[in-house]
Amino acid sequence: MESIPTKEEMLQALEERHGKELQSKFNNASVAICGLGGLGSNIAIVLARAGVGKLYLFDFDKVDLSNLNRQQYSVSQLGMYKTDALKENLHQIAPYVNVVTHTVRITENNIKELFDETDIICEAFDRPEEKAMLVNGITENFADKYLVAGSGMAGISSANSIKTRKIAKHFYLCGDETSDVSDGIGLVASRVMVCAAHQAHMVLRIIAEEFEV
Amino acid sequence: MVKINGNDCDVSGMTISEYLATTDYDPKIIAVECNEEIVPKAKYDETVIQNGDVIEVVSFVGGG
Repeated sequence: MESIPTKEEMLQALEERHGKELQSKFNNASVAICGLGGLGSNIAIVLARAGVGKLYLFDFDKVDLSNLNRQQYSVSQLGMYKTDALKENLHQIAPYVNVVTHTVRITENNIKELFDETDIICEAFDRPEEKAMLVNGITENFADKYLVAGSGMAGISSANSIKTRKIAKHFYLCGDETSDVSDGIGLVASRVMVCAAHQAHMVLRIIAEEFEV
Repeated sequence: MVKINGNDCDVSGMTISEYLATTDYDPKIIAVECNEEIVPKAKYDETVIQNGDVIEVVSFVGGG
């Protein structure tokens, strides 16, 4: 096995793929990911691969067997906090990404304290009540920050129904906006990953100062 | 006339809270956007819908 590349070698490889100017924007960006399930774990991996400099990971939960159909963890990580497990996985892919973990449940009460240091926030929760709480809380407390949320990626319907929409100046919504996991239609990795990719791609576009969808 | 989720609605003069009370939306799972700004939940009672406003109610669904 080859030894782990140096920071400079990693950067050079990224610059060859993305160009120096874009890579510099990615390197200097910081992104918060709220919820590390099917959406959040996939979003984090995309952003780490792109060379985003700093990722803030938020989740209170542990890796469960029922997560492995769509979330980026392995059987050896069952029972670990998702924050710790994902940090480990991200460092396997991108050893120099700065990962800050918060093993907490985000609520209306602590939301004001958690997002001072980041410009872009991804909503990647599971429950609609928490999605709404985060979207309303972020827009009320941090009007200048960009928020990219996900809603509607359950079931086996066409992947083509998943879209990104710009709802407000700093608020984007990805998903089909209708398929609800509470209808018993399940969640499959491919469709969840399509939605996560929409979210991650919008984040990269915002970092690249391309603000339209 | 007011546009709500793409439909013309005759609701100018109502507050956001009054309008929502006429609908089936669950207030716990929505965000309300008016003219490209999200309306803070605390302001639903005092925000009066004006003629010409373009409003969208986003109702979140589960899964992630």
